[in-house]
Amino acid sequence: MKTVMSVLAVLAVIVAFWYAACVPMNIKGVLDAAERAGEHVTPAAARDRRDAGALGLVAGNTFVIARSWSVDRPRLPAPHQVAMELWETTVEKKITSKRSLIYHGKITLSSTLLGFAIGTGLGVLLAVGIVHSKVMDMSVMPWAIVSQTIPIIALAPMIIVVLYSVGVQGLLPKAIIAAYLSFFPVVVGMVKGLRSPDHMQLDLLKTYGANTAQGFWKLRLPSSMPYLFASLKIGIAASLVGAIVGELPTGAVAGFGARLLAGSYYGQTVQIWSALFAAAILAASLVAILGLVERLILARMGVKS
Amino acid sequence: MRDVLSQTEIDGFAEVSPTAAEPVVKAQDLNLIFGSGENAVHALKDVNLTINKGDFVSFIGPSGCGKTTFLRCIAALEQPTGGSLTVNGMTPDEARQARAYGYVFQHAGLYPWRTIAKNIKLPLEIMGYSRAEQDKRVAEVLKLVELEQFGKKFPWQLSGGMQQRASIARALAFDADILLMDEPFGALDEIVRDHLNEQLLQLWARTNKTIGFVTHSIPEAVYLSTKIVVMSPRPGRITDIIESPLPKERPLDIRDSAAFIEIAHRVREGLRAGHTS
Repeated sequence: MKTVMSVLAVLAVIVAFWYAACVPMNIKGVLDAAERAGEHVTPAAARDRRDAGALGLVAGNTFVIARSWSVDRPRLPAPHQVAMELWETTVEKKITSKRSLIYHGKITLSSTLLGFAIGTGLGVLLAVGIVHSKVMDMSVMPWAIVSQTIPIIALAPMIIVVLYSVGVQGLLPKAIIAAYLSFFPVVVGMVKGLRSPDHMQLDLLKTYGANTAQGFWKLRLPSSMPYLFASLKIGIAASLVGAIVGELPTGAVAGFGARLLAGSYYGQTVQIWSALFAAAILAASLVAILGLVERLILARMGVKS
Repeated sequence: MRDVLSQTEIDGFAEVSPTAAEPVVKAQDLNLIFGSGENAVHALKDVNLTINKGDFVSFIGPSGCGKTTFLRCIAALEQPTGGSLTVNGMTPDEARQARAYGYVFQHAGLYPWRTIAKNIKLPLEIMGYSRAEQDKRVAEVLKLVELEQFGKKFPWQLSGGMQQRASIARALAFDADILLMDEPFGALDEIVRDHLNEQLLQLWARTNKTIGFVTHSIPEAVYLSTKIVVMSPRPGRITDIIESPLPKERPLDIRDSAAFIEIAHRVREGLRAGHTS
């Protein structure tokens, strides 16, 4: 109970800070509208207000503070505006509608999951190779690291173009961009995990005359499970980012990325923020599901949690 | 194997082991040097030793005296750089493939994701025993180390001493003739250790295994062994080999007997001599 209260208190502070930030962020638009409606604002001239500091304007026009939380096209939407938009575009819209976030979410989710599957498979395979082959360790690992130093936003259009020229389009290019981001944490975590058994454990297997495959299945793989799950949680969040980035240069009409892009074209900040939140909620849910799977598997393995 | 050895080698063995018992481990002028040049460490120097079938041999000495290294050589976990070493008349590598020995480390090293029974099954699975045979052997060795009730428990549910017993059971599961134990009770408190020593002696009497046992503790070495090998460091070598006159039947209070104290004294003298030289 005490923990719940503390968590709620932190949440309340964040929300309060957000509301407070809305006031100076939106004050100029609010004052312009008030002036047009014939109200008295200080300073009265739009020119003077343009150069004035936002906090000063707030101090001089305290009567408009409440209005800054319900602007039509705010610079920074208030939390309840985002929440209402989220509600309208998820619960109230039909999921087949182009304005439904569920519809867009499904598009992004499918490339996220496909990319995550490809990335995880590739990451695990590379890790197994790296652990068992010195050549792979010295040749693959540096490239894997280098691959992550290139901003994905620069690489994504090239991946799309190259794949398009060989006739691949639709879900797969986006999934590959997602995989590109998600394989790396899996490689790093899995290499660490597969190498986690100590010398004594490896010596013990040696005394039994175990071969490499037996060592892998009986010792290395089970030992790597906690590391794998830590990596998967990072990997799936990275995969979602990759899927969204993949939607930006494709001129995609659907998906969170498309929704973000459309929102920014038309100055629909509420739409952008609600898409961002929807993406964050989706990522958090995916991580939570992985956490649940992890607990189930580790519990079945008898590890005390 | 014996007929390919030269006469001097046979004489060498006779010196160490006057009885006509069946030799299991034979080391002749064994040397092991780690590294090379200035950084070379002479881990084992001219080690000559014969372990006979049914012997309980303790290796005692300060850190760096090569006692663990010698045990690891027998287990083919280290490669000697000179001399000869045979286990059951074979090279250590061949002996390992023939499953000549079980090895017990200082830490039980049980897999946390396997139950005790499944941990004991590990070597049996690797060696390709049938399911039925695995279950039978697990039941047998669990009984041998008095853990019948704990087969379905996970390692973290057992005390340190029980975990170590489970790891001994695991080493016994495939019925090797030789049991190599590297400070198996070193991490346990003294009361648990006394108890396990007693149990180990009973187990040894029942199974007639040959045991190689590395320890830091003089009382432990004297209490357990038929033969005590005193070693000293830099370079790692044998300074004394003591054949114990104690009877095979050993209650814990034998440690207060004159004979026991006398052997302990000789071990201590041997350790001191190795230290000052």
